[in-house]
Amino acid sequence: MILDGKCPTGPIEKTWDKHRFDLKLVNPANKRKYTVIMVGTGLAGGAAAASLGELGYNVMAFCYQDSPRRAHSIAAQGGINAAKNYPNDGDSIYRLFYDTIKGGDFRAREADVWRLAQVSNNIIDQCVAQGVPFARDYSGYLDNRSFGGAQVSRTFYARGQTGQQLLLGAYSALSRQIKAGTVKMYNRREMLDLVVVDGVAKGITCRNLITGEIESYAADAVCLATGGYVNVFYLSTNAMGCSVTANWKAYKKGAFFANPCYTQIHPTCIPQAGDYQSKLTLMSESLRNDGRCWVPKKKEDLGKHPSEIPDEDRDYYLERKYPSFGNLAPRDIASRAAKEQCDDGRGVGPGGRGVYLDFSDSIKRLGESTIRERYGNLFEMYEKITDENGYKRPMRMYPAPHYSMGGLWVDYNLQSNIPGLFVLGEANFSVHGANRLGASALMQGLADGYFVIPYTIGGYLATVKPGTVTTANPEFKKSVEDVNGYANKLLSINGKKTVAEFMRELGGLMWENCGMARSKESLETNLKKIPALREEFWKNVKVTGTGAELNQDLENAGRTADFLEFGELLCRDAHHREESCGGHFRVEHQYEDGEAMRDDANFCYVGAWEYKGDGKEPELHKEPLKFENVHLAVRSYK
Amino acid sequence: MSDHKTMTLTLIVWRQKGPNAPGKFETYTAKGITEHHSFLEMLDVVNEDLIKSGKEPIVFDHDCREGICGMCSQVINGVPHGGQERTTVCQLHMRKFKDGDTIYIEPWRAKAFPIHKDLVVDRSAYDTIIQAGGYTSCHTGGVPDGNAVLIPKPDADYAMDAAECIGCGACAAACPNSSAMLFTSAKVAQLAALPQGKAEAAERVKNMLETMQECGFGNCSNHYECQAACPKGVNVKFIAKLNREYLKSLAS
Ligand SMILES: Cc1cc2nc3c(=O)[nH]c(=O)nc-3n(C[C@H](O)[C@H](O)[C@H](O)COP(=O)(O)OP(=O)(O)OC[C@H]3O[C@@H](n4cnc5c(N)ncnc54)[C@H](O)[C@@H]3O)c2cc1C
Ligand code: SF4
Ligand code: FES
Repeated sequence: MILDGKCPTGPIEKTWDKHRFDLKLVNPANKRKYTVIMVGTGLAGGAAAASLGELGYNVMAFCYQDSPRRAHSIAAQGGINAAKNYPNDGDSIYRLFYDTIKGGDFRAREADVWRLAQVSNNIIDQCVAQGVPFARDYSGYLDNRSFGGAQVSRTFYARGQTGQQLLLGAYSALSRQIKAGTVKMYNRREMLDLVVVDGVAKGITCRNLITGEIESYAADAVCLATGGYVNVFYLSTNAMGCSVTANWKAYKKGAFFANPCYTQIHPTCIPQAGDYQSKLTLMSESLRNDGRCWVPKKKEDLGKHPSEIPDEDRDYYLERKYPSFGNLAPRDIASRAAKEQCDDGRGVGPGGRGVYLDFSDSIKRLGESTIRERYGNLFEMYEKITDENGYKRPMRMYPAPHYSMGGLWVDYNLQSNIPGLFVLGEANFSVHGANRLGASALMQGLADGYFVIPYTIGGYLATVKPGTVTTANPEFKKSVEDVNGYANKLLSINGKKTVAEFMRELGGLMWENCGMARSKESLETNLKKIPALREEFWKNVKVTGTGAELNQDLENAGRTADFLEFGELLCRDAHHREESCGGHFRVEHQYEDGEAMRDDANFCYVGAWEYKGDGKEPELHKEPLKFENVHLAVRSYK
Repeated sequence: MSDHKTMTLTLIVWRQKGPNAPGKFETYTAKGITEHHSFLEMLDVVNEDLIKSGKEPIVFDHDCREGICGMCSQVINGVPHGGQERTTVCQLHMRKFKDGDTIYIEPWRAKAFPIHKDLVVDRSAYDTIIQAGGYTSCHTGGVPDGNAVLIPKPDADYAMDAAECIGCGACAAACPNSSAMLFTSAKVAQLAALPQGKAEAAERVKNMLETMQECGFGNCSNHYECQAACPKGVNVKFIAKLNREYLKSLAS
């Protein structure tokens, strides 16, 4: 099937305005008759739930944490982009659009990206009005910094805690609606199934994580804003509870999964210290504004204290390879460059898996206090984890899985191929192509939540009669039975290996064979080993406790079971995409200098997978990508 | 920084089946722990052992494991978050402990935070306090340009200092009166310092304070245990600010 993204046509700068005008409206008095389910209350879901509630819809919102304030958006450090051009350095909506298309290695839809760039400015205004304490300069104006893949300063920030402050802004708007009674919040719920009635999304099945009860909720539309899936690598910068579960359950009910192989490996994370490690910690990209990446030129110098290695014996490899972007080369490129140095035997620290991020020049130029003001909390975090002082000794960094560009397929209205199912934020695939630029995920989450879905969902709801399906419908009963059956199966295996052991093993396979460098061979290895591991899981996993209580072992088992299926799809997608683009690097497809080689003649499309039943091959559908405003070109940052 | 040395520790952990079940301390041994393990990774090791021997693992809240989500919540040797300055439990590392140490681990203890199970408590009262007024009542869309209203840097910095709060609940857990004053004041002070928050300042402080009391938190009698326990360094000066705002609201 050829998929249609239903993008508006005509001059790109008019597309969103025209589309908004063309969308049907729900009359204000009728809005309260419609119920919308919002799964996830991070930046995307929190902003959306608050905005829809304010419009007058009846919203039910869900999250697995004990409060919407704790979604993983909270961990974003560096900042959020917008095309304000406050510094007068040449930014514009067009430039943000262009940078995002190019940054994504020409694998995203133009119209969606244009809209994102267009509404980016409204986001900053909205957050300021909510009381988000963005950094300001001494004159009281908003301050900006630079991020990778851009030559302008367009990133707004709140110390090293931008995500926290933006999320608390959305949470405050959400709290206001909860108080007003337009949003009902369901904390500590995990969505474990999507309920589809006659081909239309009409509700969800959740596990109450405190009581273990399986609950049904019906609505006129369902939105998923459930975040990303890079915990499929086990060790990543995501929170422990981040999973593919909500997306995966929707996939198994017919929603297409687009570009699962586009995963982002972030170049600057604290290297792994041991096998027991449960997660990896990111050090914000903003550090590359003032930190310089290097490794020793000579292997003999590896054992030396970094300060004993003179400047001429250091290889500032990003500045050498990409002189015009230098240390601010985009993430995919910076990560591969770090791996290259380490593969060449010049990596620093334990196991030779590390590069230096050195602030000494900036400290000399600006003083330690300026650096402390800019990044103090990051240095503190680094020291807590490594016991090393980043002001005195360069930090050690290594790439780690961080973000998923792939996600459920959606059209321009953020609606999946299942009518009534909308997908927002990191959970959808829409705007970042094969690589996301720094500070653009927060922008996307809030764009989707505040400024896109409030319009587009109205266009859908205006076409359906409210309240036609309730939880009395047999599909809900069946879903509850399925979810209960699944949990009981997990609890009854009583094997010998723990859930964490399986997850570590899967993560190892994913990182080794489907991480920063992928080959036909390595992917075929995974396509054999993952099904075998999954089979072993269902025979030999040990899950303690019962289903009728707070049971974290059971929660983890369910998430791991889904990753064991999803990992295979990710590898299958990576296997079929015989090109390198953005975060997807196939070693067979590279230029002589090691840069990624795209194949626009054969792969200039979105690859969306359809579930065909357990044990059956999924079917690939394609949505061709057209570039009418930006020329398809080799992406160069040299 | 050698990984060769490992530690063995004795853990004395609060176990409680449910909100109404009686709880008790159980003793466990944590073996093979290095100085690089975080406190929660140390508990992961213990839980893996428990699961393998068919016992139920210790249930505890956590998510980001990088000190920002506010989910982790344990009282370690009597101190919420374990007593390292400006550090959440998840950021506490085992290099702060010695081989052979005995460690007591308990949940937050406060009337307004009932225990769900083991170390997991119900902190929804903090959400209720925010719902009482911890926001500006702006609509989505239709707001002025971000630079239309200038905010002097000291005010923006002051607001940001207050906004550091992660809503973890350690302040109430540390307070002899189980007061949520540090938490409440942080939000009141953040919004009162900004022009965008001033219009509703009087209503906000009244409603939030009232709600705090209704939720079952005690009053502040200046012990400052909250500030000592706070992993984000939220300062008690914000409580003074709240009190000033409250007096102002009575006059208005
Ligand atoms: C360490 C780190 C730093 C980052 N820094 C930046 C940055 O500086 N700039 C930038 O632009 N981006 C950054 N990002 C990326 C960005 O933070 C995320 O992509 C973005 O916040 C995702 O928002 P979201 O709303 O889509 O999902 P999330 O914030 O992950 O929210 C997901 C929500 O879904 C809920 N949920 C998930 N599954 C279920 C389920 N099955 N049932 C019920 N609820 C469920 C969760 O409870 C949560 O409420 C960073 C990411 C990380 C990890
Ligand atoms: S004030 Fe400090 S201790 Fe209290 S909730 Fe906020 S971060 Fe936690
Ligand atoms: S787990 Fe998020 S703050 Fe500790």
